[in-house]
Parts: sequence; C-alpha cells; structure tokens
Amino acid sequence: MTVRDRFADTEVVILIVIGGFLGANARYGIGLAYPGLTGTFVANVTGSFVLGFVVYEAMYTDYLTDRGRLLVSTGFLSSYTTYSTFAYQTVTAEPLFGLINVVANYSFGFAGVVLGRWVALRIRGASRD
Amino acid sequence: MIDPLFLVGFGGAIGALGRYTVSSTIERERFPLSTFMVNVIGSFLLGLVMFADVGESVQLFVGVGVCGAFTTFSTFSVDTIRLLEDGYVWTAVVYALGNILVSVTAIGIAWVLLV
Repeated sequence: MTVRDRFADTEVVILIVIGGFLGANARYGIGLAYPGLTGTFVANVTGSFVLGFVVYEAMYTDYLTDRGRLLVSTGFLSSYTTYSTFAYQTVTAEPLFGLINVVANYSFGFAGVVLGRWVALRIRGASRD
Repeated sequence: MIDPLFLVGFGGAIGALGRYTVSSTIERERFPLSTFMVNVIGSFLLGLVMFADVGESVQLFVGVGVCGAFTTFSTFSVDTIRLLEDGYVWTAVVYALGNILVSVTAIGIAWVLLV
C-alpha cells in the first residue's frame, strides 16, 4: 500500500465519521422535537428524498465530487435515516399502528426517492439550456 | 453523564464506518445484500439494547448512535426504487418485505433471549 493510498483511506474514514456524527445527531434532534414514530418517519422520508436526489444527480449532472458524495450519502444521510429504530417501533406499537407505520414509511420513503429523482432531472434540464 | 451530543455522535460515526465496511466487503449483486445485512444485524442489536436493562447513556450511544447509523432507510428506499426501475419487480418486493420481516424477527429473537 502506497502512502497516497493510505491518505485516501484516512480521508474516506474522516468523511464518513464526520457525516455519521452529524447525521445521527440530526436524527436525535428530530426525535426530541417529534418523539416516537413521527420523528423516525420524518427523518426517513426527508433523508430518502435527499439521497434520491444525490444518487440521480450523480447519474445525470455529476456536480458533486466523490468526496462530497461520501460525506453526504454514506456518512450523513445513511446515519440520519434509520431502519433499526423503525423496525423496533413497528414491532412494539399496537399491531394496527405497526402496520400503518410500515406502509407510511415505505410509501412516503419511496415517493421521496422518486421526487428526488424528479428534482435531479429538472436540474439536468436547466443545465442544458 | 456524557453529553448526549457526543454519545449519539460518536456512536453514529462508529455505526456509519461499520456500514461502510460491510458494504465494501460484500460483493454487489442484484439483491442489495449489504443493506439487508446491516438492517437485520442492527435491528437485532437494538433489540438487545432495548430489552436489556442498560442505562440511558448506553441506549443513546449504542441504540440511537451505533444501531441508528449502522442501519439505513434512505439507501434501502433508493435500492428498492432502482430495482423497480430496472424491471426486477419481484426482487424489489422480496427485498422490501424481507427487510421488515427479517428485522422484526431479529428483534423478536432478542426479546426471547432477554425477556
């Protein structure tokens, strides 16, 4: 392994650590503002929207650098959204609320990704003019 | 008690690095196995933390921080939409239902072990 590789690896770790630190705290803050299932829902839906935008932006226009994407996607957004708390809240809620929780997170999360893709497409359209 | 900001933050940093390690170790196939794995393992670990009688600091560090960041919903959503776009409708259905059913089962196993 060359010195340059080692620097690149360290950089990856630092970016993910910073993103993970901030993303987990952002989720924690939302959980304090909206306790219970609501906070997790808000984080999961908004995070899915932004990640959808970032992923499709990478395919369409590619403004973000690889480092920026590592910080925002792998670090921040993936830590900001969560599956474990979502699953735990689902199984410990009343059965009907648990079912509604899964349907709500899934449908709005998927819709968020599609909306993010739409925004990325709009930006590509605008950048061609 | 240590400031929740640091407990959640450092837990989140560890969880994010763990997720990155899993995703760079597991070979990418059509079925997004690495996201499935982190979600199931993280849910099981969260179940252990919630059902065991641990203090609030541990819950914040391991539960909210490590497990919360190790697992991910945003990547799961994007994975599912990408599968649908590529026409792998059944894989998307199995993936979406598999994540919740196996994660819930994992939390159930944690409950059986500790309660």
